Amino acid sequence: MSDDTLHVELVAADRLVWSGEASQVLARTTEGDVGILPNHAPVLALMVHGVVDVTTTDNETWVAAVDEGFLSVANNRISILAEHAEMAHDIDLEKAKADLERVKKSGELLNDAEEALQSAWAEARINAAERAS
Amino acid sequence: MALSVREYRARIKSTESMKKITRAMELIAASRIIKAQQRADAAAPYARELTRAVSAVASFSNVDHALTTEPENPTKAAILIVTSDRGLAGAYSSSVLKEAERLIEKLRGEGKQVDIYISGRKGEAYFKFRARPIVQSWTGFSDQPTYDVAHDIGETLIQAFLNDDETVAEEGVAPGADEVHVVYTRFRSMLVQEPTAVRLLPLEVVEGTEAPEDAELLPLYEFEPSPSDVLDSLLPRYVQSRIFFAHLQAAASELAARQKAMKAATDNADELIKKYTRIANQARQAGITQEISEIVGGVNALADANAGQD
Repeated sequence: MSDDTLHVELVAADRLVWSGEASQVLARTTEGDVGILPNHAPVLALMVHGVVDVTTTDNETWVAAVDEGFLSVANNRISILAEHAEMAHDIDLEKAKADLERVKKSGELLNDAEEALQSAWAEARINAAERAS
Repeated sequence: MALSVREYRARIKSTESMKKITRAMELIAASRIIKAQQRADAAAPYARELTRAVSAVASFSNVDHALTTEPENPTKAAILIVTSDRGLAGAYSSSVLKEAERLIEKLRGEGKQVDIYISGRKGEAYFKFRARPIVQSWTGFSDQPTYDVAHDIGETLIQAFLNDDETVAEEGVAPGADEVHVVYTRFRSMLVQEPTAVRLLPLEVVEGTEAPEDAELLPLYEFEPSPSDVLDSLLPRYVQSRIFFAHLQAAASELAARQKAMKAATDNADELIKKYTRIANQARQAGITQEISEIVGGVNALADANAGQD
């Protein structure tokens, strides 16, 4: 493993979403946004619903929506684990918007925690999709 | 030879259509096993990374967590039994249930009260038929479990573990338990699936299950926000991922068992068809022989009568 690239693995509970080399990763943790460059100190951080930005070594950027999970960095290896994760280009923007609408409408039926979870996941997907386009 | 040729023909026909059904089920199971195995493989990276992270936290912080603490005097146990939704899979469901019964016996022998949680319609039917109480059951996904289901089950079981012993089962409230076990069928190969019982909670984190890469020690992590918060969020996920793993294994095992059972059924149908065809041919032959002997007898009788007249 060379010294100036990061090996990134974005893993959802049921599949490996993406893996490859990158030069920079941006993610949102419970403490705020963090940017990770090569040779970062080892960290284990909790993530909240949000968007992960990765700049690959070929200077391309891709965006993914993740729900709650965590991020571990060690020896230039980053693993981003989330129960659900979706690459921006796989996200159906219309569907995400519809989901958000639906969750907001059915707000009285669901309990607060569940509603917050679902709407946060829908918002994360919308953000990711819009950021990518 | 009590039955007529026509009845044997009808039996052959019905056996043939049964054979078509079992053959189709065999082929469907065979094609789904591959998918089930792929799903199990796809879930492996998550489990691996999670285990790495958990053992990292466990080795670098001395944080005690409720999920890893052994209760001093365990008196109640909860068991999750992973069975299938549909039958026609040979001894698949009955062997996992037998394993579960053995565990229940053992726990009762240790003086523990056992609460039963079921995944899969077959197990539910088994306990309902015997009028034994089930705390909660989940059905309708046994051959392709999703993570959401595992998440749900995990939350319920963790809740049960964290609840007091005194908590009584109510709508939406899991009764307390001092330990949680899972009984599922482990997929060893296409030919071998074995029912297994494992203790899920309290968690035993196996430190350094995999040798750290590059012969390095695990790095000294910084934890954000704090080790105990990270552990709080990691451990339930770890439990859920274990449950998901058990379900994926069970799904692959179920399909393999079904394929094997259906293959045996198809072979049996073949045998039966062969047997019935032989008996039917014999019956037909017997009928022909009888008719000929009747004709010959009749002709002889006529000839005798004519000879008498002459």
